[in-house]
Amino acid sequence: MGVIKSMKDEDFGDNESLELLKTSGNNFFLTSIDSLLNWGRSNSVWPLTFATSCCGIEMMAAGASRHDFARFGIEVYRASPRQADVIVVAGTIVHKMVPILKRLYDQMPDPKYVIAMGACAVSGGPFFYNSYSVVRGVDHVIPVDVYIPGCPPRPEALLYGVMQLQRKIKGESFTNPADQTDRLL
Amino acid sequence: MPEAVFPEGTQLLEVIVPARKLFSLAERLKSDPILAFDYLISQTAVDFTTKFTVVCHLDSVKFRHMLVLKTELTDRENPVVDSLTALYPTAEFFEREIFDLFGIRFNNHPNLKRLFLEDDYGFPLRKDFRDEINIIER
Repeated sequence: MGVIKSMKDEDFGDNESLELLKTSGNNFFLTSIDSLLNWGRSNSVWPLTFATSCCGIEMMAAGASRHDFARFGIEVYRASPRQADVIVVAGTIVHKMVPILKRLYDQMPDPKYVIAMGACAVSGGPFFYNSYSVVRGVDHVIPVDVYIPGCPPRPEALLYGVMQLQRKIKGESFTNPADQTDRLL
Repeated sequence: MPEAVFPEGTQLLEVIVPARKLFSLAERLKSDPILAFDYLISQTAVDFTTKFTVVCHLDSVKFRHMLVLKTELTDRENPVVDSLTALYPTAEFFEREIFDLFGIRFNNHPNLKRLFLEDDYGFPLRKDFRDEINIIER
């Protein structure tokens, strides 16, 4: 039995970094609450309907019937950031989009997560990063939990990134939550 | 129109006219019943550093033929050309975008203000545009 149900531990490529997620040592009672909370949170990660370019098409493909990421609990696209748990930044972020993205992120309730999907969100993109208008990576604006490279990443890559996020959520602790101050830039 | 130049070897038929003749030629191309260029597909500009070229792609919905209408502007400080908005309403936004990114002004345009960028921003698609914060020179 792995950390998350949908993928075995040995199938992940970075298991040595998993130990970093297990730094909290709690007593049995609290870890039971942790595991219950994390079970619930990691299996109902609701994404925000947010896509700025072609990666959004791939994200829709991942949500459609062939790949169907509802199998892993990130089913319900929420049109309101108040109801979303994760924002998948799928596409190029230009300077004019930054205040909107920041506001959407600020409106999401904690705990909240960010997936940077595709080369544009990771680093500004393969073609137009050296431009007057493009932000070189969404991590200049909001803190990113999972980076998914690709241009655009295939739906399988998005699913892998989501599972990495689920594994990260499983490593969180109720008594020692992620320091919210380091989320402020 | 004796000033018109027809470059050879192009993919589509091209006409290069002086800026002062652009509107009258477009008017004729649109109103002539055997030409009937009634659709402006796109209007954009190119910066060749010595000159700006405004490029208009015209199409006839009736006859399905296309024409590329170009005009060259050598004045970098104050490039001006007549607006095609009176003939093609879609030109209003094309021309606002060209004004925004190249700084080319259009006479008789109903609402010539910047489309995307702030009023004090430079003209980023000009070759001499410099942005030391966002662009790494190579």
